[in-house]
Amino acid sequence: MPKFEYAPAPESRAIVSLRESYGLFIGGEFTPGARAFKTISPATEEVLAEVTEADPADVDRAVSAARKAYEHTWAPMPGKERAKYLFRIARIVQEKARELAVLESLDNGKPIRESRDVDIPLVAAHFFYYAGWADKLDYAGYGAAPRPLGVAGQVIPWNFPLLMLAWKIAPALACGNTVVLKPAETTPLTALAFAEICQQADLPAGVVNIVTGAGETGRALVTHPGIDKVAFTGSTEVGKEIARACAPSRKKLTLELGGKAANIVFEDAPVDQAVEGIVNGIFFNQGHVCCAGSRLLVQESVYDQVLAALRRRLETLRLGDPLDKNTDVGAINSAAQLAKIRELSEAGEAEGAQRWSPPCDLPVKGFWFPPTVFTGVSQAHRIAREEIFGPVLSVLTFRTPAEAVEKANNTPYGLSAGVWTEKGSLSLWMASRLRAGVVWANTFNKFDPASPFGGYKESGYGREGGRHGLEAYLDV
Amino acid sequence: MSALDLRGFLHGLPGVDQVGAQARAAMLASRSVKTTAKQWALDAAISMIDLTTLEGQDTPGKVRALCAKAKRPDPADPTAPMVAAVCVYPDLAHVAAADLKGSGVHVASVATAFPSGRTHLEVKLADVKYAVAAGADEVDMVIDRGAFLTGNYQHVYDEIAAVREACGGAHLKVILETGELVTLDNVRRASWLAMLAGADFIKTSTGKITPAATLPVTMVMLEAVRDFRETHGRQVGVKAAGGIRTAKDAIRYLVLVNETAGEDWLDPRWFRLGASSLLNDLLMQRTKLATGRYSGPDYFTLD
Amino acid sequence: MSDVAMSGPARVTVRKTYKLYIGGAFPRSESGRSYLVADHKGAFLANAAMASRKDARDAVVAARKAFGDWSAATAYNRGQVLYRVAELLEGRRAQFVAEVRSAEGLSPRRAEALVDAAIDRWVWYAGWADKIAQVRGAANPVAGPYFNFSLPEPTGVVAVIAPQASSLLGFVSVVAPAVVSGNTVVALASERFPLPAVSLSEVLATSDVPGGVINVLTGRTAEIAPWLASHMDVNAIDLGGAPDSLADDLAVAAAENLKRVVRAGDQDWTLTPDLDRMLAYLETKTVWHPAGT
Repeated sequence: MPKFEYAPAPESRAIVSLRESYGLFIGGEFTPGARAFKTISPATEEVLAEVTEADPADVDRAVSAARKAYEHTWAPMPGKERAKYLFRIARIVQEKARELAVLESLDNGKPIRESRDVDIPLVAAHFFYYAGWADKLDYAGYGAAPRPLGVAGQVIPWNFPLLMLAWKIAPALACGNTVVLKPAETTPLTALAFAEICQQADLPAGVVNIVTGAGETGRALVTHPGIDKVAFTGSTEVGKEIARACAPSRKKLTLELGGKAANIVFEDAPVDQAVEGIVNGIFFNQGHVCCAGSRLLVQESVYDQVLAALRRRLETLRLGDPLDKNTDVGAINSAAQLAKIRELSEAGEAEGAQRWSPPCDLPVKGFWFPPTVFTGVSQAHRIAREEIFGPVLSVLTFRTPAEAVEKANNTPYGLSAGVWTEKGSLSLWMASRLRAGVVWANTFNKFDPASPFGGYKESGYGREGGRHGLEAYLDV
Repeated sequence: MSALDLRGFLHGLPGVDQVGAQARAAMLASRSVKTTAKQWALDAAISMIDLTTLEGQDTPGKVRALCAKAKRPDPADPTAPMVAAVCVYPDLAHVAAADLKGSGVHVASVATAFPSGRTHLEVKLADVKYAVAAGADEVDMVIDRGAFLTGNYQHVYDEIAAVREACGGAHLKVILETGELVTLDNVRRASWLAMLAGADFIKTSTGKITPAATLPVTMVMLEAVRDFRETHGRQVGVKAAGGIRTAKDAIRYLVLVNETAGEDWLDPRWFRLGASSLLNDLLMQRTKLATGRYSGPDYFTLD
Repeated sequence: MSDVAMSGPARVTVRKTYKLYIGGAFPRSESGRSYLVADHKGAFLANAAMASRKDARDAVVAARKAFGDWSAATAYNRGQVLYRVAELLEGRRAQFVAEVRSAEGLSPRRAEALVDAAIDRWVWYAGWADKIAQVRGAANPVAGPYFNFSLPEPTGVVAVIAPQASSLLGFVSVVAPAVVSGNTVVALASERFPLPAVSLSEVLATSDVPGGVINVLTGRTAEIAPWLASHMDVNAIDLGGAPDSLADDLAVAAAENLKRVVRAGDQDWTLTPDLDRMLAYLETKTVWHPAGT
């Protein structure tokens, strides 16, 4: 029995008013559809609500509504008026911050501390940032008076549901496009709450449309001939399918896909902060992060010290009820994802790596996986090459900076990387050589609407965030 | 260890990234400590207080009032724990010693020309011996910050070692005055320096300048004592002093201890809070937990 | 006896006192002086504070004191604060329309258009806070193993002689571009139409703008402007509201500590501005760092 047990500190669910069922948000209204599916809480497996599955006809209606709004309302609207709608939305997100955070944790399984302190504030920030670009596009570096593309079809993943929505919708609208967005099938609720926010902001009908559904709905959306632009965040496998599907068309496409990032710790790293960075890199959001630091590359000369510090730190990680304010590691988002994580972890053991987890009480109901560290991993192991998308860290070693670069780049992916050293010139030398779209030096998993994010190679193409993030939504 | 070795060792310690350290401390400060945990934490915090008066205008009367409070913090509730120690200037240590005799509350005296430390070593050692003779069983010394900042680590080490010897059986807290050391790298180095020289406790501040104790600074010191026990096999305590005014602050420090150095340090033997007004806020929170009502300052003593 | 009068004798209004806004507080002039402000027909509107050189001096001190924290705030935070000002302005739209009308003698439609433009102008500038660095900064491809980047930084305390004719829109258009990037401002309002600027100070005081970031003086342009122009702790000055005869002398005085000088003068404030007024108050810092093992 620990001396200082924090006691349960549950965030109240009462603040969220869930409907029993949700329709599709098309043309400014919630409309029914033919089929329904359920969304559950991955921590308890209870049903949260019934959600409509959009069929191709529904998708078609949504695209038409978006097209109509684009031609008659949104594209003709001066940028400074579009801006004020986006500012309104940002403000309402701030006003409803707590409610949205609880809803996100319920539907996704991530700890309330993360939804509250990271996800939701960033959502508001993205809308604030892009609101300010709506009437300044002349200065964005794309020529005078750049035009929008038209209607954007956007498909987002389940790991940061409302944040991924913000990354897609904010720049699209700022540039004058209208959107049809499909949230992931396991996490539709905050997107539907966002639809209500659009109504509260008096956003003109059809500017934002939300069509819930799974793979079929997504396919119908990205292949719809009435879409001018496709934006997808998700697995590399599906990203490639979409690229193939869009190839014959003239649709503009941006993809933000998977990763297998190297988090590189040098012997002169600030050790305590590096350990935090490793933990944050792979256990934040249960490792359900495309840019997760899933490969720890530690310089051999400090291997023992870093691993000892890491194990000691992992023993203070708190796994449990996502709605408990002291939870550090929440639930795995779905049974399917849990199965994948287990499969790859078993492969890790089978291939000869050594597996370790701190002692963890896993709840009986729900989908849970303890933070796991594999040592003795080589580049050829599946757990060093394939994206696990779970709280599993593979540890490899290196001797010199050049070797670190080589090993870090030796992957088809190229989304992110981390570098830990007190030596400034080394950080910059590494940053210039790492083939990754985001390099974090002495930090990890930091996001900001002003900071462009996206991958090299099979991690996708296009950037979200910053001035660069406008390009995807302009006809340039 | 030679002066050169000492310098090499201290400069060879891993650096502290300030931004990362502050972020970690801020995350720990967001822990939510409720109900039974809060009850435990409030009592623990009270039992870890060094109740302090270090003013030019201190008198025997003032010290006696403080000692009465130390032994019986809550006039209405005898179950409230006693504090760990009373902390005074050396010339009033005898008053505290007489009042606290047999109570279990320790007598801590500052010494070595507190707070600036700017005088000759002989004067500092005389100050220490005087305090110990007057009945202090704990001595809070200040390091020579000027010597530290010029890189004269050997000088700082030698002074601490000399004071440690002059303390005899009294235990020694070494005040780093982190507000003057400024960087977290300096705090880490000063912590190790003090421990190598024989400190029983390392302490953040004199409380006479701002900033005094902060969560990031205390975190770095807790990392140091944790690592020192690992490499040298000796456990050293940590005292956070100055600027800790509310129960909420105090609980944040306990969380910091818990998740940095570990629960071995969650005991008055190894962790102290140097404070004065903090005690009443802890008592008010304690009363609220027990009665369900928010209390007011009229119900607690001002000494 | 009811306090809510539905009919009966006319209600006497409680008239506002118009003071200076310095360091987040509303003092009268230390000189104890005021001057008569009349509406466009010549009728009495108010006695506005007549600032002295000491008030101007105090305002510069307040602005300098506020500069450290304001320039160190994140751009996001500054943008949020300025957006909040716009929210409060919108809430008081009717009040400002009335004040601008009575000052400048405009039709209701025209006054409304100007106030709306002032609010939208504020929103436009708020949105620049976290973008200036991306538009004005750069990574520079120097010929060597160095990481080299240029960043815009605020210059410091900016004195502004606000436009004489445009009492609100003009005032907003010369003050906002300075503060958005982290500068702090001492603004001398239009001599003839100072009241909307004072009401704007009330908005600033009730928003999240820290005291001292924007300071507003009312009084005689010819008396106060020279003290601001010659002040050695003012880093930049906008001479727009100074008559040409005075502006030359002010520019000469400003040269004593090489203030950055803006002399754009009167213009159609309803047009969307370019970046000049923001850029005028930015310094560029270029940093080199080797990249190597």
